Amino acid sequence: MRVLIPGISGMIGQGVALLLRDEGHEVYGIDRRPWPDAPKGIEIFEVDLRKRAAEDVFRKIRPQVVVHMATVTHLLEKSDERYRINLGGTRAVVEHAKKYGVEHVIFVGRHTYYGAAPDSPLYHTEDEPPMGLASFPELADLVASDLYAGSALWRHREFATSVLRLCYTLGPAGHGTLGTFVRGPRVPTILGHDPLFQFMHELDVARAIAVTVEKRPVGVFNVAGPQPVPLSIIIKETGRTAVALPEFVFSAALGRFGLPRLPAGALQHIKYPITIDASAFRKATGFVHDIDELRTMHDYREAFPVVSR
Amino acid sequence: MELEVPFNESGVDPYGLSRAHLAQSMTLLKLAYRHYFKVEVHGMENVPARGRAMIVGNHSGGFALDAGCVIASTFFEMNPPRLAQGMAEKFIAKFPIAAMWATRAGQLTGLPENAARLLEDDRLLMVFPEGARGTAKLYKERYSLVNFGTGFMRLALRTRSPIVPMAFLGGGEAVPTVFNAVSLGKLLGVPYIPVTPWLFAIPLPVQLDVYYGEPIQFEGDGSEEDDVVNGYVEQVKERIAAMLEVGRRRRKGEA
Repeated sequence: MRVLIPGISGMIGQGVALLLRDEGHEVYGIDRRPWPDAPKGIEIFEVDLRKRAAEDVFRKIRPQVVVHMATVTHLLEKSDERYRINLGGTRAVVEHAKKYGVEHVIFVGRHTYYGAAPDSPLYHTEDEPPMGLASFPELADLVASDLYAGSALWRHREFATSVLRLCYTLGPAGHGTLGTFVRGPRVPTILGHDPLFQFMHELDVARAIAVTVEKRPVGVFNVAGPQPVPLSIIIKETGRTAVALPEFVFSAALGRFGLPRLPAGALQHIKYPITIDASAFRKATGFVHDIDELRTMHDYREAFPVVSR
Repeated sequence: MELEVPFNESGVDPYGLSRAHLAQSMTLLKLAYRHYFKVEVHGMENVPARGRAMIVGNHSGGFALDAGCVIASTFFEMNPPRLAQGMAEKFIAKFPIAAMWATRAGQLTGLPENAARLLEDDRLLMVFPEGARGTAKLYKERYSLVNFGTGFMRLALRTRSPIVPMAFLGGGEAVPTVFNAVSLGKLLGVPYIPVTPWLFAIPLPVQLDVYYGEPIQFEGDGSEEDDVVNGYVEQVKERIAAMLEVGRRRRKGEA
């Protein structure tokens, strides 16, 4: 099949592209960022998804499947800019898919859709509304993109829609929210809180998306692998040292001493867990993770060893 | 024999229960259960050895002595041990350290979704349908039951879980609440602070009794009319009241 991947140059995008190519698909990508050593047989168009040139790619390639991964998730980008990129990009995908006869569109989103709060249940199911926005309004663009993409399920019956809510990614590439958070030798945590984190090896994440291309499940799906583990164990098994700070110290220290400048709502995510029930995805696609939580953490540790002084 | 819980290689189960934290809390609990209080357990055989079940009991004492006794009895008196998993009051989830320890020891935040998931995973759930109104009973009300919610019954019906009625006596003597300081509690972020004749709610080393009754399996799917569900709830409440009466007489030396 002809598969077009907006956001192909990202770490997961590359993984998905390689898997699909190996399975014999024709793979194309759209990304503003280059993929310098892209392998042969994968054609990249360095254009902005929201611009006219991207539509030309749809017209020329006539993809059968689109895997939309061109979303900005890190919080360092300014919020209004993120909003435009994420919603504008998703809108372009939906409109071009309709116009150019795409058969299947996959939207790759995040499990942070559900939000973290003291009174949120463990293992969210897909039918739950996004409850985290009140405490973490900076996630509005991701939530809006997710819901907008989901509306294609009834708005555009002419193509199949899969909306994926992926748990955190971890692995030797070190990308993603969690991989970035535990990168330094000392990882700050909030004293008295040790939330469960659900993550999946980056190879499994790419496999889960490739399986979605193959099985074409219609609907909204949580995607996760091994059971979640407490943050303290992630820090320990990746060879880091936890530095527990009282919450008021933590808030005051953000943006200083090498700590990232994070919005206040982000603290919810290191105080309370977000765990998802991925049984519907497993049932629809048969996907089971290959790499367990311990090996995932050890793979990360080997790729990013802490050099002792 | 070992606790039958699917711990991963790091010693954590899918709900955040940790073997290491559990061991530490059980060591403390054992001290209280075996040496500080004099605890008598009756009808332990009524708690199923395996599979989902819901222990439903009365609250007695200004805080969760009752829960502690249920957890200790199923853990130390059963073989293999079972962990009774409670539904902690929502306010606990906001407190650092307390919230973490509660989760690591298997006591999840009291949400219907969490309860249903534990039962579907064939765990042993512990429910106090009187809620915080139950722990707020004063000394003179110690053998009474306040209104039972119906949520637990709909959950039991929906998940086809047997209910093990439980009666707990002695909490009122251990923590004889004369007054509940509600405003002070609000200030500290809890529903109330129990006040005893010696001011602080430090429990006395008294005799505590736990009675387990025969499991009851109600038939239905949880979508029944309120009248029907209330009738079932009443049956459970009567069983608990009857065990409380037996226990009260025994404590007074009448039987």
